[in-house]
Amino acid sequence: MTINPDEIIFYQFGWFTISSTIFFTWLVMFLLTFGSWLVTRKLTSEGELSRWQNLLEVLVVGINNQIREVSRQEPGQYLPFVGTLFIFIAFSNLLGIVPGYTPPTSSLSTTAALAICVFIAVPVFGIIQIGVLNYLKQYIQPTFFMLPFNIIGELSRTLALAVRLYGNIMSGTIIVAILLTITPLIFPVVMQALGLLTGLIQAYIFAILAMVYIASASQAQREIAKKGERSNG
Amino acid sequence: MDNLGFVGIISIATAGITIAFGSLGPALGQGRAVSQALSSIAQQPDEANTITRTLFVGLAMIESTAIYCFVVSMILIFANPFWTHFL
Repeated sequence: MTINPDEIIFYQFGWFTISSTIFFTWLVMFLLTFGSWLVTRKLTSEGELSRWQNLLEVLVVGINNQIREVSRQEPGQYLPFVGTLFIFIAFSNLLGIVPGYTPPTSSLSTTAALAICVFIAVPVFGIIQIGVLNYLKQYIQPTFFMLPFNIIGELSRTLALAVRLYGNIMSGTIIVAILLTITPLIFPVVMQALGLLTGLIQAYIFAILAMVYIASASQAQREIAKKGERSNG
Repeated sequence: MDNLGFVGIISIATAGITIAFGSLGPALGQGRAVSQALSSIAQQPDEANTITRTLFVGLAMIESTAIYCFVVSMILIFANPFWTHFL
């Protein structure tokens, strides 16, 4: 039982180590990429759909609808980023029922990396939508004195994203490990099932929060721009 | 008693207190959130989708405070820096 799967080392050669986090991250990435390649090799738009193509279409359409409802914008440009976050986190959490598998999301390194991706994506999407000047102007809303608080808020929500995902998944594995030493018969299975639910909900939450942050960065700008036009015109 | 004993006693007791108080507040908050959401759904069943989605996001936000406390208590028990310092 460990709260840091980075310490489980599979292979070491000099300074080059492959910990369980790296190994399982690449495994999940390989499974997702290879599976998607297998399915999308022979796509059809007419006749009968294969069941795997149907699965992927349901997934993509579902993510599209969620993004559209949350951000009230067209999901096209957000879909690759938010969809990748959701699918990667959901898949790596759901594989947790496979024996011997340690979810890479139960390591703070992975979740911090994902949160930093969101931290970078928010200004990138905001600047693409509104432009540099309008994006920076958001930091001194409503007054100039709010600048430090806006910056702290930006950093603390990144930390919260990382620790939330890490804590939820890590607590699932720890609780199962503790229960295995106390009541090894039935209860760990129940907690594993609960872990599946938590894992899926956390993946959903992570993607939705990323979308909310991105949307708020670009929407607040739009309101400022609108207000400016009104006062000018 | 030596330093190691003190560190052990205080760490374990603090871990228990942390998770106890840390789960108390979020539990009350989540109860309030769910009860409000249920009464909203009862009043406006058409908006159930939006309310449920917002509820889930809000519950995760509330729950994350409990998760912070859990992480802190886990660090106190399994990865205590002071313990390794005195060991």
